[in-house]
Amino acid sequence: MERRTFLRVTGVAGILAAQRAPAFAQGTKLHWLRWNDFVPAGDVVLRQQIVEAGKALGAEIQLETINANDLQSRITAAIQSGSGADVIMTLHNWPHLYAASLADVTDVADWLGKDQGGYYGQSEQAVKDGARYLAVPWSISGLMIAYRKSWFAEAGATAPPKTLEEYRQLGMKLKKKGHPIGQTLGHTFGDAPAWSYPLVWNFGGAETDKQGRASLDSKETVESVKWMASFWKDACDEGGFAWDDTNNNRAFLAGEISASLNGASIYIAAKRGQDKIKDDKGEPMWRDIDHFAIPRGPAGTWGYHIPFSHMVMKYSKNQKPAKELLKWLHAKEHFGKWFEVMEGFSVGSTKYWEQHALWGKLDDAMKLYRTAAQASRIIGYQGPPNAKASEVYSKYILTDMYAKAAQGMKPEDAVKWAAGELKAIYG
Amino acid sequence: MKKPIAGGAGAATGVEVTLASSGVSRPRRGPLSPLENERLLAGVLLAPTIVLLGMFIAYPFVMGVWLSLSSTSVGNVGHFVGAHNFVKAWNDSIFRTAFWNTCWYTGWATVFKLTLGMWLALLLNRSFRGKRIVRASMLLPFIVPTVLSTFAWRWMFDPTFSVLNWLLFRAGMITTKLPFLSDGDYGMWCAIVVNTWRGMPFFAITLLAGLQTINPDLHEASSLDGANAWHRFWHVTWPLLKPVTLVVVVFSVIQTFSDFQLIYVLTGGGPANATHLIATYAYQVGVATGLLGEGAAISLFMLPVLFLVVWLQLRYLRRLETT
Repeated sequence: MERRTFLRVTGVAGILAAQRAPAFAQGTKLHWLRWNDFVPAGDVVLRQQIVEAGKALGAEIQLETINANDLQSRITAAIQSGSGADVIMTLHNWPHLYAASLADVTDVADWLGKDQGGYYGQSEQAVKDGARYLAVPWSISGLMIAYRKSWFAEAGATAPPKTLEEYRQLGMKLKKKGHPIGQTLGHTFGDAPAWSYPLVWNFGGAETDKQGRASLDSKETVESVKWMASFWKDACDEGGFAWDDTNNNRAFLAGEISASLNGASIYIAAKRGQDKIKDDKGEPMWRDIDHFAIPRGPAGTWGYHIPFSHMVMKYSKNQKPAKELLKWLHAKEHFGKWFEVMEGFSVGSTKYWEQHALWGKLDDAMKLYRTAAQASRIIGYQGPPNAKASEVYSKYILTDMYAKAAQGMKPEDAVKWAAGELKAIYG
Repeated sequence: MKKPIAGGAGAATGVEVTLASSGVSRPRRGPLSPLENERLLAGVLLAPTIVLLGMFIAYPFVMGVWLSLSSTSVGNVGHFVGAHNFVKAWNDSIFRTAFWNTCWYTGWATVFKLTLGMWLALLLNRSFRGKRIVRASMLLPFIVPTVLSTFAWRWMFDPTFSVLNWLLFRAGMITTKLPFLSDGDYGMWCAIVVNTWRGMPFFAITLLAGLQTINPDLHEASSLDGANAWHRFWHVTWPLLKPVTLVVVVFSVIQTFSDFQLIYVLTGGGPANATHLIATYAYQVGVATGLLGEGAAISLFMLPVLFLVVWLQLRYLRRLETT
């Protein structure tokens, strides 16, 4: 669909021509639910934008932000009771889980993809069911390994490790020096799956085959588990079994760990708090931080960069204004304001944002995030990221497979356990 | 023969109650006013309770049973699947781990709460200065919302910044950090400790109330007969306290077996499901995964276990009362 056609169909052209808000029912109220962003400045911009959007669309917009771990319970309660927020932010492939309860947003998502250079693979897969878009892709949170340059250099690494084995060897030296690597294997929504899924892929394993049948039980998966068990013992802070998505940030900024897979929030927080967050020499820590992608395994160098999207709920009586709101927010001049304050922590769901002027202004340490999303797969790989993939994710089966081996279970047995769980889910 | 019941309401309201009616006809009266009609009045007085119980106990329970027998998932009504969800849960290794964890957690937490609660109650039953303040402050762990107090414990057990590890290290008792929440066994014992800390005051205050109903003369008499403290406890206090103890244990077992908040906040069921309980796993399956039918089936597994425990304890209680 041409942009012009889209504008005509959705009536936006008319709104622009009339120079006033659309004729939504008087007193239209939109309730928008999101997480508390790891970069609070992003929420500040959105709160300013809803005022502008409200005036432009003739609706009163309320933005509610909650803890990320509470999103799913709110979504479930809203769907089952048939009332709640009109627009809800989701992570991962959750829209597939709620497909029956979502309004069709194909028109907005189609427009966005075409208008802004096309979606990254995982952004589209996370929200698309056949030809129908279940949600409108919003952004991607890139996950890279933040590390302390000086400590890596002391351990003999002037450049980041290129392979997982090099990473383990380096980690061993770092741990002996009292600077272990910090990696969660806990039950937490972001950092744990962003590590455990790519680890399977980078050794050549896969959760499912192309037909969506469980295929985890392979020698490649066993190899990945063996590597993880020794990596854990040799290189990691063993407290990571109980870490959530915030523990590694705190441990890194307190100088307890030398590296950790994370969004860019460690670097951003270190820079914003440079007066307080210092390294062991008393210098601002952010100068000593850089990033690298999960190193290459025998089968590649994939990452899992988490896609975010917005669902318009089927129970909402304000589906049209809700879609208008999403379209308004995704206009380049509006999304750009949010994108800029996120400083690379979140990138766009489309490739257009790789060319944004922000990348020229950011520190070198942040530039890796510009194209990070290109090397991402999505949970459920190689099959479709459907509701069954969500079940595997929600039960932390892949993460627990590694955790069990790291706690001493034989790698073969850990894989057998996880494969059994997947078999019960996928059939 | 007409025999009015003596005094009171009957006389005051003019209602006569007859014990025998042979040969004597009841005097004719006009229609009863609504307040005089006992059946109607009972119905009216009970109605709010029945409505509340129906709305908040019966309906959710029946709904839960229906969900457990259906393939309902979030946003999909589902259809009747019989015992499929129960069979699937039973064949699920995470469920079996959670089931065993729940029994272990409930068992040990109850033992500790009972032992420490009893000890505390015996201490508080003595006379000392500031007795009332101590008794009131003892209830604090029970009053503070579970989520808040568990967050505080979580900070104390933090894998990186645990104040307990710091204290033990400073005191020279450890050389490396104790893996409070990052080791499965430690994690479970930490959860039991927090549950005991929180639940012990309930035991203590209830047992204290029971202790105060025991006639001091009995202790005095047994002392005169030469009984030492242990004998007085075992032969006088304990037999008289048994009924109260059993009631407290029943309540505690029900609450502990269905515990959710504490584990959800403290460990999230990790590491590697080592601290998952039935309630947290049911939440994970029912809410996070959206499989409401399967989640309901998992949580209903608590029912037969609790029913059996409560039935056995109440049966024992009844036996105690009759003897």
